Amino acid sequence: MTVTDAAPTGPSTATDGSAPLLDVRDLKMYFPVKSSGLIRRTVGHVQAVDGISFQIESGGSLGLVGESGCGKSTTGRLVTRLYKPTDGSIHFEGRDIANLGARQLKPLRREIQMIFQDPYGSLNPRHTVGSIVGAPLEIHDVVPKKQVLSRVQELLEIVGLNPEHYNRYPHEFSGGQRQRIGIARALTLQPKLLVADEPVSALDVSIQAQVINLLQDIQREFNIGFLFVAHDLAVVRHFCPEIAVMYLGKIVEIGERDAIYQHANHPYTQALLSAAPDVKQAAIGGRRERIQLQGDVPSPINPPSGCRFRTRCPFAQDICAAVEPPLMQIGRRHKVACHFAGEIGHHPAEPVTAPLLGVDRHGDPVPGADRNTDIGTDSGYSDTWYDFPGRRIVRDESA
Amino acid sequence: MDNFLSVRDLRVHFPTPDGVVKATDGLSYDLAKGKTLGIVGESGSGKSVSSSAILGLHRGTSAQVSGQILLEGTDLLTITDEEMRLRRGKEVAMIFQDPLSAMHPYYTVGNQIGEAYRVHHDVSKKAARTRVIEMLELVGIPQPDRRVDDYPHQFSGGMRQRAMIAMALINDPGLVIADEPTTALDVTVQAQILDLLQQLQKEFNTGIIIITHDLGVVAEMADDVLVMYAGKAVEYGPTKELLTHPEMPYTWGLLSSVPDLTADVEEKLVPIPGTPPSLLSPPSGCAFHPRCRYKDQVAGDLCVTQQPDLTPGSRGPGHLKRCHLTDPTVPNEEEVAQS
Repeated sequence: MTVTDAAPTGPSTATDGSAPLLDVRDLKMYFPVKSSGLIRRTVGHVQAVDGISFQIESGGSLGLVGESGCGKSTTGRLVTRLYKPTDGSIHFEGRDIANLGARQLKPLRREIQMIFQDPYGSLNPRHTVGSIVGAPLEIHDVVPKKQVLSRVQELLEIVGLNPEHYNRYPHEFSGGQRQRIGIARALTLQPKLLVADEPVSALDVSIQAQVINLLQDIQREFNIGFLFVAHDLAVVRHFCPEIAVMYLGKIVEIGERDAIYQHANHPYTQALLSAAPDVKQAAIGGRRERIQLQGDVPSPINPPSGCRFRTRCPFAQDICAAVEPPLMQIGRRHKVACHFAGEIGHHPAEPVTAPLLGVDRHGDPVPGADRNTDIGTDSGYSDTWYDFPGRRIVRDESA
Repeated sequence: MDNFLSVRDLRVHFPTPDGVVKATDGLSYDLAKGKTLGIVGESGSGKSVSSSAILGLHRGTSAQVSGQILLEGTDLLTITDEEMRLRRGKEVAMIFQDPLSAMHPYYTVGNQIGEAYRVHHDVSKKAARTRVIEMLELVGIPQPDRRVDDYPHQFSGGMRQRAMIAMALINDPGLVIADEPTTALDVTVQAQILDLLQQLQKEFNTGIIIITHDLGVVAEMADDVLVMYAGKAVEYGPTKELLTHPEMPYTWGLLSSVPDLTADVEEKLVPIPGTPPSLLSPPSGCAFHPRCRYKDQVAGDLCVTQQPDLTPGSRGPGHLKRCHLTDPTVPNEEEVAQS
């Protein structure tokens, strides 16, 4: 791949339609676990993120869902480069930013910004709103000092706050208004990518909708790409046309909204969806049938071998402990990592992945069999995929 | 009608240097044995404050509590502190939102649950321990005879909440108040805990008050729902009825502002404008009027000047609403979006 540093600014229409805004490949983040005592030896690693790949188009939005500890927030922090990844690449506009130093990162901060979960903890109580929102302008020396105030007021107006309130302090605002201040700060430098880490979960129900609508308006108006990290499946479904489901540091299923919410193939996605309480369904026809998961999420320090979900999976067999299922494309824009992938009630009895991986149904290698490694390595989607029910490779004719 | 729990005109007021905060202001509801009441509202609507009054947790503070809380005919507000102490935990128990801060980090889980039992039962430590292990097994903790000696930090979030439930139910109370019992938990664990609560409710015939901001939890758990706003009940009725035919603009707003798993994603959410009111100086008339889209449909400035009463809705006496609107049907959502 040729990498150019050209065209850092200018209209995004100049970007080639095929190149994604963000291309993450095989990203890993291991946090060392130190022993107690005088010599703090590293005794293990928390495998918070363990080899994930995805893409975000310019102006698109990817939702990242999963339970606490699955690595979704770590992923957000890796993309904003608040952490330096252990391994893997993060290509932003074609340039790998995974290993940049602090000095090289500074110009990048203009392009990628973050909205935090807690509107109380993320604003400095000793600074006025004007200096909080205006700080990025001064740090990056974007506009002359005299124009900072007018730009701040413009931003406050965009996020629906009174521009006259620039000299107030954060404590004078409610939770929803504080979140708007955080959004204004993130927009100050006109970023191309926004990482929103649980942007509405700390807010009251009636306020959540206001902030979600604001984020949608902003995205459409400024054509900003979003990495939307949240645990609320309904909020993510509303906001993101594409969703990735994470479990214990891995993406287990990724795809377009309908693929995930209507045709989920991974048992974990199905359990997650069935567990989410839903007002309308519960109010009309009583409760849906819930898929009960037993136990808790295992420790990411010593994750299960093979498929990480197998310890709680109702379909797990021998192969799941022996071979890790690759994230395979099974539809036009739908990938899943499961040996027994299938829609609810249609999980196959035999591992569908075995012939592709060159193993038998117990996961033992078959002598002489090839491993078809083409499937599941790319961060994007390809024109060919493996049709699980039909057990054959399909080519998209429309492409 | 013999109700297990009847709350009548409950008021909890906190005097502060800036004035009186009317956290709960004239709340009435009933709960039958073995049934579940869901109390829904935003932070500061008075839902937690009113429920801690049932446990007598405002005793000894500056709070002014008035009204009646009748538990099996006894008014919990008039009994002595000692009588209240004997009932607390035995007849009324509470499950808190955050089990990590509700448990003492220095004592084992078994010790803490056992203490709750020994306060009300004159038994040896050994007998209490046996009972604790029984309860831990009942709430689904694996290897209870070993885990009983663990400290709270050795439990996962879901297991801690199970231990809290064991602690609340060990004295077989008639009433359990669950204050946001699953808010701190992940959805799959939340589903486990809600199922557990329902299953134990059937077994012990416990009345449950579940306090939450999550309408989905209420829809799945509660027989009746009470919607609170600014310290008052604004709508009260059977769950199914209230969620399918709400008759109060605040409830409409709550329902239209949360996305669900089946809605059309192209449709924008309809938020409730503005922010919740200050309880120090609540708005005149209907407390919701500054955020209400429908006050123009009420003749004159009734909404601004006169507090509406909690009156029966159009679909029967069991469904109460606090609103001046005469046509209490949900308006077309498109009209709402345009207004």
